[in-house]
Amino acid sequence: MEKALFIIIAVIAVAAALNVLIQRNPLYSALSLIGTMAALSVLYVMLRAQFIAAVQIVVYAGAILVLFIFVIMLLNAPKQQLQIDKQKGLRYLAIPLAGLLLAEAFYVVWRVQDIAMPVVKEGEEAVGTTWSVGVALFTHYLLPFQVAGVLLLMALIGAVVLARREGDK
Amino acid sequence: MISFIMGAALYIAPLILQAQGEPFIKRFEPTLVNFLMLSFLLFVVGVAGVLSRRNIIIIFMSIELILNAVNLNLIAFSRYLQLNEAALAAKGLDVNPLAGPVFTIFIIVVAAAEAAVGLGIVISLFRNRETVSIDEIDLLKW
Repeated sequence: MEKALFIIIAVIAVAAALNVLIQRNPLYSALSLIGTMAALSVLYVMLRAQFIAAVQIVVYAGAILVLFIFVIMLLNAPKQQLQIDKQKGLRYLAIPLAGLLLAEAFYVVWRVQDIAMPVVKEGEEAVGTTWSVGVALFTHYLLPFQVAGVLLLMALIGAVVLARREGDK
Repeated sequence: MISFIMGAALYIAPLILQAQGEPFIKRFEPTLVNFLMLSFLLFVVGVAGVLSRRNIIIIFMSIELILNAVNLNLIAFSRYLQLNEAALAAKGLDVNPLAGPVFTIFIIVVAAAEAAVGLGIVISLFRNRETVSIDEIDLLKW
């Protein structure tokens, strides 16, 4: 049952991710990306990381994608053709490199093939609950947490400065 | 397209191989390797987007896809470490399953910051150059 659900969700995630690439209108790409984020959120619940699942929906679908959609609608950029440069010389480099990537993936799959996730026992303490993540964030990872806050502040100021018109005071 | 077919073959082949000669119950558990393969597929789709599309906003979205693939990997490994903590401790390996979710949160923070700054750059770029195509933004190219 869980595996059937996993396969359905995985197909949805990959199909939505592909749809991000093949859509010509960036707005449809952004909406499709929300589908990928929601599917990944379901997978996080399956992995017992409930807090991360909620953060995935709130931050990605709620904040980042809304930002993307705002920018797309502000710019009102013309639709462009889906064009891919044909560079003959690079093809001979690309095929071995793609083969190398696939070989590496196959190697990893072959090495971890026999690792199964054991059956989940009821009442088992999960690592992904808000309680455990919060305790870890405010004790062991306090300094990185503060640095992340400073990073967000810098990004906020930077975005405002970048998007401001030159003459505005 | 070809990469997608190869990726799909990569994903389906172990499922078919696994389905033979294993206990019935075990087949119905998503294993660590399934999550790794899904993460790999999302990563490849993201890289293909970064390399093939010319719209800078779509390239940003592809980068978000890549970061999400990494997040899925981190959470799956964290789950695996949590479930096998006792067995690994018996072998003398001290693992910390909480590092996965915590690091995922930091990645989400960095992704949000990157999206905010990147889209600010896109807006000021569009104001100056009237384009979002990376082929026409080549002032620094030599």
